[in-house]
Amino acid sequence: MNRDKKHFPLFTCALRTVSLLAAVSILSFALVTASPVDPVQQYINGLKTAVSPEQRAQIEDYWGVNDPPVERYLNWLSEIMRGNLGESSLYRRPVADIIGERFVNSLALMCSAWILSGLTGFALGCLMGMYRDRWPDRLLKKLCYLLASLPTFWLGLLFLLVFSVWLGWFPIGFSAPIGVLREQTTIGQRLYHLILPAVTLSLMSCPNIALHTRQKLCVVLDSDYVLFARARGEGRSRILFRHGLRNILLPALTLQFTSFSELFGGSVIAENVFSYPGLGSAVSAAGLNSDVPLLLGVTLCSALFVSVGNMTANLLYGIVDPQIREVSE
Amino acid sequence: MKRMHRRAALSVSAILIAAALILIYVPGLLIPETAVAGSFQNAGLPPSFAHPFGTDALGRDLLMRTLKGLSVSLTIGFLASAVSAVIAVCAGIAAASGSSLADALVGWLTDLVMGIPHTILVILISFALGRGLPGLFAGIAATHWCSLARLIRAEVLQLRSQPYIMVSRRLGRSGAWILSRHMLPHLLPQFFVGLVLMLPHAILHEASVSFLGFGLAPEQPSIGIILSESMRYLSAGMWWPAVLPGLTLVAIVLFIDRTGDCLQRILDPVHAQE
Repeated sequence: MNRDKKHFPLFTCALRTVSLLAAVSILSFALVTASPVDPVQQYINGLKTAVSPEQRAQIEDYWGVNDPPVERYLNWLSEIMRGNLGESSLYRRPVADIIGERFVNSLALMCSAWILSGLTGFALGCLMGMYRDRWPDRLLKKLCYLLASLPTFWLGLLFLLVFSVWLGWFPIGFSAPIGVLREQTTIGQRLYHLILPAVTLSLMSCPNIALHTRQKLCVVLDSDYVLFARARGEGRSRILFRHGLRNILLPALTLQFTSFSELFGGSVIAENVFSYPGLGSAVSAAGLNSDVPLLLGVTLCSALFVSVGNMTANLLYGIVDPQIREVSE
Repeated sequence: MKRMHRRAALSVSAILIAAALILIYVPGLLIPETAVAGSFQNAGLPPSFAHPFGTDALGRDLLMRTLKGLSVSLTIGFLASAVSAVIAVCAGIAAASGSSLADALVGWLTDLVMGIPHTILVILISFALGRGLPGLFAGIAATHWCSLARLIRAEVLQLRSQPYIMVSRRLGRSGAWILSRHMLPHLLPQFFVGLVLMLPHAILHEASVSFLGFGLAPEQPSIGIILSESMRYLSAGMWWPAVLPGLTLVAIVLFIDRTGDCLQRILDPVHAQE
């Protein structure tokens, strides 16, 4: 195992990711199979026409409902490998198309929130660390703890209330103006609709990164080399840029990459509050309407997303930080 | 301003939280169904003396509904985090038991649970159990044990190399004896601190999953359901159904968080510094 790690960090990572994804697929398939909700009935409900018992039996046969679970799982898996995620019973379209279309929306939302929270969180963390135990630090720390205790959906509701309903600055939802064709929406309009959900989502992960950065910076500022630098007469900002940033940037970046799971979970909530047409609103709609293929597709997609984040964090550590590379060798 | 002594702060926050919990629980249980019954005569009233939180669009008193909802949410949160903390202790001890297979298995399970976003996993579990209370409960209990399990594992590993444990082993005590007499008492503070610190997360998750519609039935008052109903009337300018119950929830969560923090500093000073 250690030998592998030394020579092929990428290989070990990939192996781990693949095994986790396989486990996720088994787990989610088992959970969906255990559900008392009957997918055939849901499909028939979605057809909105009367179905005779013979037709029903035909559908069951075609879907393989009465096959043993293991066989169904293997069939499902082999179809997924061919890129066929099944057809959504809610939207009546192939799941792969829905995910592809909505993933772009979600990605725009998550990316902007990710960058926003990373930058503000890091800046606030630096500020807090530099003014440790003075009033800016104490004030910001209180604010961070408060933000961490706020439910994301409630924050979104408040934003909607204040900025959309009372002040009327922002639209109340969706990713584009209502009544305008998809092809005619401009980038500006899309960005305008993105601002409020992205800010909500970024405020969720911001306190985490800020407190983490603050703590790391405090450790650096307590060190002997900073004491020496101060004795040489280096100023506060110079110490931060010369000694602080180099040491705290990497942990912050890694933390940001490992927060993909939270980010995705938060986007489910934020998209539902702002009726934003992304993966998150699709998964809750799928769960509520018992749309099994879509639910499974989005789950796999989210697991892939999270593991890409974790893998990047792992690799980043090895590439950027020579200390860790040496330890593992 | 002089800082309050930590033990004093703990007692104060413990008393406050106990008072708040009693204030929520007792009316939550005692409030008759008639108090939350709707009447269209006073639908959508803003906050007033008769209705401190106002009434919702069906004329139900929102203060009563919030109290009832909070008592439901707190119960689910508390039970689910208790189960989750027990799972964490078992998993942590199993991982540190010395068998590399168990360690790998627990580590892999942790990775698996952490590998799916919690909201989605709770949705899946809730779907598997047919939506409603059991699904919500199982979902929250199954997703919150990971970080505590890692802490417990590290703690047990460290304990195993302590001289008094080694002496005990040399004296011929069985593993089970050492576990129950030496390890578990040592892990108790971490268990309680972990439980209290997990509670706010569990409550918030319960609220957000009910908000999405995967929890209790809509006619049952739960804080997430009240807030998700309030969304429909938001654009009509009804602010009180969204703001006031949410504020109550945040206040409770902050209280519990603060209590957990104080508790950690007293019971477990080594880890509190991290």
